[in-house]
Amino acid sequence: MTKGNPSVTGPVLHVAGLTKSYRTAGEEIAVLRGVNLTVAVGESVALTGESGSGKSTLLHLIAGLEAADGGEIKLADASVAELSDADRAEMRRDRLGLVFQQFNLIPSLTVEDNLGFQSRIAGRHDAAWHHELVERLGLGRFLKRYPEQLSGGQQQRVAIGRALAVKPLLLLADEPTGNLDEDTADEVLALARDLVTRSGCGFLMVTHSTRLAATLDRQVNLHAGVIA
Amino acid sequence: MKRALWTLAVLLSHWRRHPTQLATLLIGLISATALWSGVQALNQQARTSYDRAAATFGGTRTAMLVARNGATFPQKLFVELRRAGWPVSPVLEGRIQIEGRSFRLLGIEPVTLPAEVGNAPTIGKASLQSFMTPPGEMLVAPETLSDLKLAEGARPEGDGGAPLPPLRVQPNLVPGVLVVDIGIAQSLLKMPDQLSRLLIGKATGKHPTLESVVGDKLRLVESDAETDLERLTDSFHLNLTAFGLLSFFVGLFIVNSAIGLAFEQRLPTLRTLRACGVSARMLNAVLVLELVSLALIAGLIGLVCGYFIAGALLPDVAASLRGLYGAQIPGHLTLKPQWWIAGIAISILGALAAATTSLTKALRLPLLATAQPFAWQQAQRRWLTYQSALALAAFAAAGGFLWFGDSLISGFAVLAALMLGAALILPMFLELVLSFGQRRARAPLGIWFWADSRQQLSGLSLALMALLLALAVNVGVSTMVESFSRTFLVWLDGRLAADVYVNATNDAQAHEIKAWLRERPEVKAILPGGRADTQLAGAPLEVLGLPDHATYRENWPLLQSTEDAWRRLRPGDAALVSEQLARRLHLSVGTRIEVPASGGNWALDVVGIYADYGNPKGQIAVNFAALTRRFPEIPLTRMGLRVDSPKIPALISALQEKFGLDDRNIADQATMKAESTRIFNRTFSVTAALNAFTLGVAGVALLTSLLTLANSRLPQLAPLWAIGITRRRLAAIELLKTVSVALITTIFALPLGLLVAWCLLAIVNVKAFGWRLPFQIFPLQLLWLTGVAMAAAVAASALPVIRLARMQPASLIRIFANER
Repeated sequence: MTKGNPSVTGPVLHVAGLTKSYRTAGEEIAVLRGVNLTVAVGESVALTGESGSGKSTLLHLIAGLEAADGGEIKLADASVAELSDADRAEMRRDRLGLVFQQFNLIPSLTVEDNLGFQSRIAGRHDAAWHHELVERLGLGRFLKRYPEQLSGGQQQRVAIGRALAVKPLLLLADEPTGNLDEDTADEVLALARDLVTRSGCGFLMVTHSTRLAATLDRQVNLHAGVIA
Repeated sequence: MKRALWTLAVLLSHWRRHPTQLATLLIGLISATALWSGVQALNQQARTSYDRAAATFGGTRTAMLVARNGATFPQKLFVELRRAGWPVSPVLEGRIQIEGRSFRLLGIEPVTLPAEVGNAPTIGKASLQSFMTPPGEMLVAPETLSDLKLAEGARPEGDGGAPLPPLRVQPNLVPGVLVVDIGIAQSLLKMPDQLSRLLIGKATGKHPTLESVVGDKLRLVESDAETDLERLTDSFHLNLTAFGLLSFFVGLFIVNSAIGLAFEQRLPTLRTLRACGVSARMLNAVLVLELVSLALIAGLIGLVCGYFIAGALLPDVAASLRGLYGAQIPGHLTLKPQWWIAGIAISILGALAAATTSLTKALRLPLLATAQPFAWQQAQRRWLTYQSALALAAFAAAGGFLWFGDSLISGFAVLAALMLGAALILPMFLELVLSFGQRRARAPLGIWFWADSRQQLSGLSLALMALLLALAVNVGVSTMVESFSRTFLVWLDGRLAADVYVNATNDAQAHEIKAWLRERPEVKAILPGGRADTQLAGAPLEVLGLPDHATYRENWPLLQSTEDAWRRLRPGDAALVSEQLARRLHLSVGTRIEVPASGGNWALDVVGIYADYGNPKGQIAVNFAALTRRFPEIPLTRMGLRVDSPKIPALISALQEKFGLDDRNIADQATMKAESTRIFNRTFSVTAALNAFTLGVAGVALLTSLLTLANSRLPQLAPLWAIGITRRRLAAIELLKTVSVALITTIFALPLGLLVAWCLLAIVNVKAFGWRLPFQIFPLQLLWLTGVAMAAAVAASALPVIRLARMQPASLIRIFANER
C-alpha cells in the first residue's frame, strides 16, 4: 500500500545550480557552489561528505529553513525559492518530514502528542496510519511518557514517526543516527527505510557513515560545494 | 591569587556574552535596594523629627513636674523647689500667631536648663546675654525661618502687631517651635508668673520629697523611651516598611531568577574549571566575590535611586503625618551615614540570600555530569508538592496569628503569612488550571499551548509570585482606601452639618458675634461649640461640647447607641465616646467613665459610640452646657451656624467686614469639606505611589524572567518552526501564553487582595488607629486592576515576543545545525 501522494509522478525533489555563501568575520565563504540533485518518488538517497562540506546547509535550503543565494529547488512541482515565508512554513508542515540528530521533540508533550503533532496541525491525520506507525516503531508502551523519559533510540523513533505521520512527499534526515550507538543506529535506520518504503515518499539522509549510506538506494557525495 | 583572578576572569566572561542577564541581575538588585532604602530614608527622617520634637525642652524624653489638673501653675512653686534642692528648670508653653500662622511658643530658662535635656540647642555663654536680655532672641528651626520667608535677625510681628524678638536659627530645633526666654514668653502669652512644667535634671544630692515642698499641687511624669508620636505613627511606618519589604523581596525574586539561570548556563564552565584543578572552595569564594562586587555596584546605584524616591515622596509623607498625627517633618532629607552603610549591606545580603541555592549547588558540584536525564515532570511535581506543603504551613501560621495575636505586629504577621502562603501555593494553582486546560484541549496546538505553559511554570513562577503579591497588595490597599474614602465622605457630611463655622478671637468677640447673628433673619440657628482637654487612663482626652439641637440629632453619625442617646445627653451625666477610645478602654454602651474635670471627677454614662476618623486622641462628646459648667475656663469662641444656603456668601462677607475675621476664623461647610478631602487624598497619595512602584517592579520581574527565559526557550520553539509554524504565529502564541498565566495569576490575586483588604480593615486599622471601617467591594476598581495587570503582562512580554517574531531563521537553525 502506497501512502504517498499519488499525483506526483516525476522526481519528488529537483535541485539545480544551487549556491549559498556565508559572511564570517568579513570573509565570504561559499558553502554550495552549484549543487544539482534529484530524488525520485520512493527513492532513498544518502548525502555524504566531510565536515563543513555543506550537507546540513543543503538540507536546510531544501526544507526552506534558509534561503538560497541562487539556483532552483523544486519540491514536486513547487519552486521553494518563489514561496513566501508563510508558504514555506506550510510546505514544511504539509509536504515534508524532518528528522534531526538532536531529535528535537517537544519536551512538554507526551510521546503520543509528539507523534501526532505535525499531522494534526497539517490537517492530515490518519488514525490508521498513526496506529501502524506506533506499532511498527514499537512505541505502544511509551505513549504516555515524556521525551526525557525515553532512551536516545526511542526518542529518534518518535521523531521519525512524527515526520512520517504527515505522509510527506520527502523525508529529510540530518545525521539521524549521530547520537546513537551502532546497533541502535542500524535498528532505527532499518525502521526508517521500511516506513519510507511503506509510505512511498522520497528520502534524503545526511550521514558521515559510509556503512549506513551503503544501505540506501543511492549515495551522493558533496565535496567542495558541489555534488561529486 | 593569580588562580583566583583567572577564575574570576572566566566567570565574568559569561556576563560579557549575556548582557541581558547581567542587566536583569543589576535591575533586580537596584530595584530591591532602591525601594527598601527609599522607605528607610523616609522612616529615618520622620523618626529623627520625632526625636527632635521629643527632646525639645521637656518632651517625653525628660522627667518633669506638671500641675495635677494639667493647667499652668504659679512660678513660686519653681522657686520653692529650687530652694529645696530640686534640679528643676521652668518651661512655659503656649501658641502665638505670626503672619496668620499658629506656632508653638516655648519659654525656657537657660541658666537652670538641665544639660541632658535631649538635643536641646546649646546657648553658648556669648549668646546667653543676648538671649535673656530684652529684646532677647527667638530660636527657630531653619525650616521655620524659610516657611516664614524671613531672614535671620528679622523681627516678625506677633498678635496685636507687637514686634517679637529677633529670629535666630538653631539647626537642632523642631520645625514649628519658637523658643524664647521664659520672661519674654510670659509677656508674649500674657501669663505673668505662670509655668507649664518643670524639667528635672540629674540630682546632685539628696532633696526632700515633692509633697513636702509643694503638697499635691504638682505631679511627677517619668521620662519615656518611646514618644507618644512614635507610638502613634508606628502603624504608618510599619505600613511603609511593609511596602519596602515587599518591593525588596520582589526585587530579590528577579535576582534569584537571574542568578539561577546564569548558574545553569555556567555549569559546563564550572565543571571545566573544577576539572582544571580549581578547588570547590576557591570556586565558591570567587563566585561570592563576583556576586558581592555586582551587589556593591547595584547597591550604590540603588541607594542613589532610593534617595530620589524618598525625596519625591517626602512632601506627601510629611503631609500624611501632619494630617494624621500632627507630626512636623521637615521637607528635605537629611540622611545619616548609617543609612548608606545599611543600604549597601542590604544589597549584598539580599544578593547572597538570592544566590544561596546556586552557591550551595556550586559547592557540591560533582566533577562529572550525571548521566541521569533531567526529568522536568518529576522534578516539577516534587517542587510543587514541597512548595504546597510550605504554603499550608504559612496559612496555618496566619490562622495562628489571627487567633492568638492581639497587636499591630500580629496583624501584619497575619498579612505576611497569608501572602507568603498564597505566593507559595500559586504554582500549584497554576499547574491545576493549566493541566485542566490541557485535558480539555483537543487541537494539537492547543494541547502544546497548555503543556508548554506548564513546563514554563518553574522558570516563570517567581515573577508570577511577584505579580501576585503586587496585585494583591494593590487590590487590598485600594479597597481599603476606597472603603475609607466613601465612609469618610459620608461621615464628614454628618460631622460638618452646620453651614458656617466661626471661631472668634476671644470670648468677648464671640458674645458680640452671637448678639449680631441673632438679629440676622437668614441665620436659623447658632450652635455654640467648646472643647476641653483632659486626661483619661493616662492618655490625652478631648471633651467636645455639643448643643442640644436637631442638627446633631439628625446628622451626627452614631455607630452604636441607646434608643434615647441624644435625650440622655441633656442632663450632663452621659457622653458619647469615640470609637478609638471605646476600643482602647474596652468601653461599650452602658459603661460608666470618670473624666477628670476642673472641679473634680465627672461621672458619665456611655450612651453612644461614634466614628472619629483621623483623630489620634480619644474624644468624648457631652452636652455643651454641661461642659461649660464642668470646665468653666474653656474658651467659648467656636460656633456653627445654620443658614439659608443662598445667603451664606453674603453672611460670611458681612461677618468678615464687621468683626475683622479672616479665612482662618470663618469657613463655610463646602470649604471645610474640600479641605478635609484634600488632606485625606494627600494622606493616601504615598500609598498610591508605593502601590504603583510595587506593581512596576513586578512588571520588571516578569519582563526580566521572560527575557532570560527567551534564549533557553529556543530549543522548544525551533522544532515547531521547522515543522511549519511561522515565527509570527509562534510569537503570538508566546504572547497569549504569558497573558494567560498572568490572567490566571490575577484571578487568584483578586480574592487574595480582598482578603488583604479585610485584614487591613478588620485587624491592622483597628490596632493602628482604633477604628474599623465597613468592608466593601468595588467591582470597577477590580476590573481596572485586572486591566493594569494584563497591560503589564503584555508590556513585559512585548520585547521577547517582538524579538521572536523578527528572529532571523539562522538563529533558529542553529538549534538543528550539527555542522555547516
